[in-house]
Amino acid sequence: MPSWLNRSQLLLMATLAVVGIAQSLSGRLDSYILSVAMGVGINIILASSLNLINGFTGQFSLGHAGFMAVGAYTAAVLTGRLAPQWSPLFGGQVFLLFPAALIVGGIVAALAGALVGAPSLRLKGDYLAIVTLGFGEIIKVIFQNLEFVGGAKGLNGIPDYSNLLWVFGTAAITVYTVWALLNSSYGRGFLAVADDEIAAEAMGLNTTRYKMVAFVVGAFFAGIAGGLFAHLNNSINPSGFDFNKSIEIVVMVILGGMGRHIGVILAAILLTVLTEMLREFGDYRMVIYSVLLILLMLTRPQGLFIWPTRKAARRQNA
Amino acid sequence: MNKTGLQLQQVTIRFGGLTAVSQVSAEIHPGELAGLIGPNGAGKTTVFNLITGVYAPTEGNITFGGAPLAGLKPFEITSRGIARTFQNIRLFGSLSVFDNVRVAFHLHLKQGVFPSLARGPSFHREERQLAEQTRQLLDIFQLDRVRDEPAKSLPYGDQRRLEIVRALATQPQLLLLDEPAAGMNPAEKVELMKLIQFIQDRYKLAILLVEHDMKVVMGICQRIHVLEYGRKIAEGTPSEVRENPAVISAYLGQQPDAAPVQS
Repeated sequence: MPSWLNRSQLLLMATLAVVGIAQSLSGRLDSYILSVAMGVGINIILASSLNLINGFTGQFSLGHAGFMAVGAYTAAVLTGRLAPQWSPLFGGQVFLLFPAALIVGGIVAALAGALVGAPSLRLKGDYLAIVTLGFGEIIKVIFQNLEFVGGAKGLNGIPDYSNLLWVFGTAAITVYTVWALLNSSYGRGFLAVADDEIAAEAMGLNTTRYKMVAFVVGAFFAGIAGGLFAHLNNSINPSGFDFNKSIEIVVMVILGGMGRHIGVILAAILLTVLTEMLREFGDYRMVIYSVLLILLMLTRPQGLFIWPTRKAARRQNA
Repeated sequence: MNKTGLQLQQVTIRFGGLTAVSQVSAEIHPGELAGLIGPNGAGKTTVFNLITGVYAPTEGNITFGGAPLAGLKPFEITSRGIARTFQNIRLFGSLSVFDNVRVAFHLHLKQGVFPSLARGPSFHREERQLAEQTRQLLDIFQLDRVRDEPAKSLPYGDQRRLEIVRALATQPQLLLLDEPAAGMNPAEKVELMKLIQFIQDRYKLAILLVEHDMKVVMGICQRIHVLEYGRKIAEGTPSEVRENPAVISAYLGQQPDAAPVQS
């Protein structure tokens, strides 16, 4: 079915083109709407990349905010503090400097992912969750104590380089990457690892390597999302990347239906918009949010956006 | 195909104070259909787990094709040409029948992360080739009609068959079957025996069978190894084993007035 596969790449191109047009018109949009839209895009990147780890590969990581922090700080330091030293390399051009900073941020986050993954991916389920949770907290405390990046006050005055093009362009690439990785004979291995690790190993799959790839790719995109986040909000501080942020992303993955491409994107959109809409309730915002989550989990435990796949539907009709 | 097959030399494994397998030596020749039998708890599955690298032997050596298997991880042992099925079926339940088999071709796959993302011509060529091989294998074992069903939705007998087909997709020289007839009715057992003989004929591989059902073991195995309490008590052709007093007493107990058995 090569024509179908090529369609996915076509779709990626089309998405990028639409985002390009949207960006050229963004001057006319309300700046609040614009920032919420970019928040949606960043959450799509975070949720889709975590979906690779938690949804498709069946691991349970609670450290996504930690990887995000690593990418955010790396990119922010590169475009802020270190820009005078190395931006001449790019002729001072933001459209070259910014993606380079984002990618370096992603790579450093991926290295952090490899560093955490190597000793801990032998653990399963709850144990891995605890190790990654610990990692997230360690990252937070490290940044709180690094005076170079502002300590607990965080970094301010980060240039606002993020725009619709960068955010949704990256989101489209993230979704494509996760999709393309899974829709291949190689990629079915991730699902096999999630289903039965012992059987996967017995069929010749290097399960540790699969988990590592999921972890590193997931961390890479979380790092890029962090860079985009930093250059959207103009300031970052360590407590913005705490346990709650990780949980927020995990909720998107669960609500979207673990291991569903579209469902997780829809959940990321819904939850981002929902948090914004609940702002007018002030202090009660999180209470309402939590109640809604509990209701959703009681009524749709399999995920909000699950519908029968085409094949399953055909089976039922037959 | 290598000439030496699988060799176990004085293999022992202890779990704490318990010696589960003690000084077991055995040889499985290339192309041979061998059986491993013994009463419950004799250590048969433990022997499988030793061969496939799930456990490392406390003492002794296991070699395959002349090369030692010590220290290899299960997936590396599979890549040396030893595949297995499980006593309790372990399919990839949520994956389709087709994907269960396709994943098992993994060892012979050149692609990885970057080809999957770039999706160039060679990626598509390999995917097509793999799909074709998978389809052929499913066809041979009459699983083609259920190729899109999730594996967990198959009837029990088909799940057993699929597990064997999946193991074959790794293209082994030695296939280990852990109680394939468990839970089958007599008609299904006859089918299974035919299936095992068919596989051995067609793919010219060695098969080691752990089985409780004597009809199945005696019916198809060329050579039988008998374990009791982790020790090997006998080895031979089905008729030799059937006559062996040590085996009879292991299965039926000793008659109080019978002469003590020499083993």
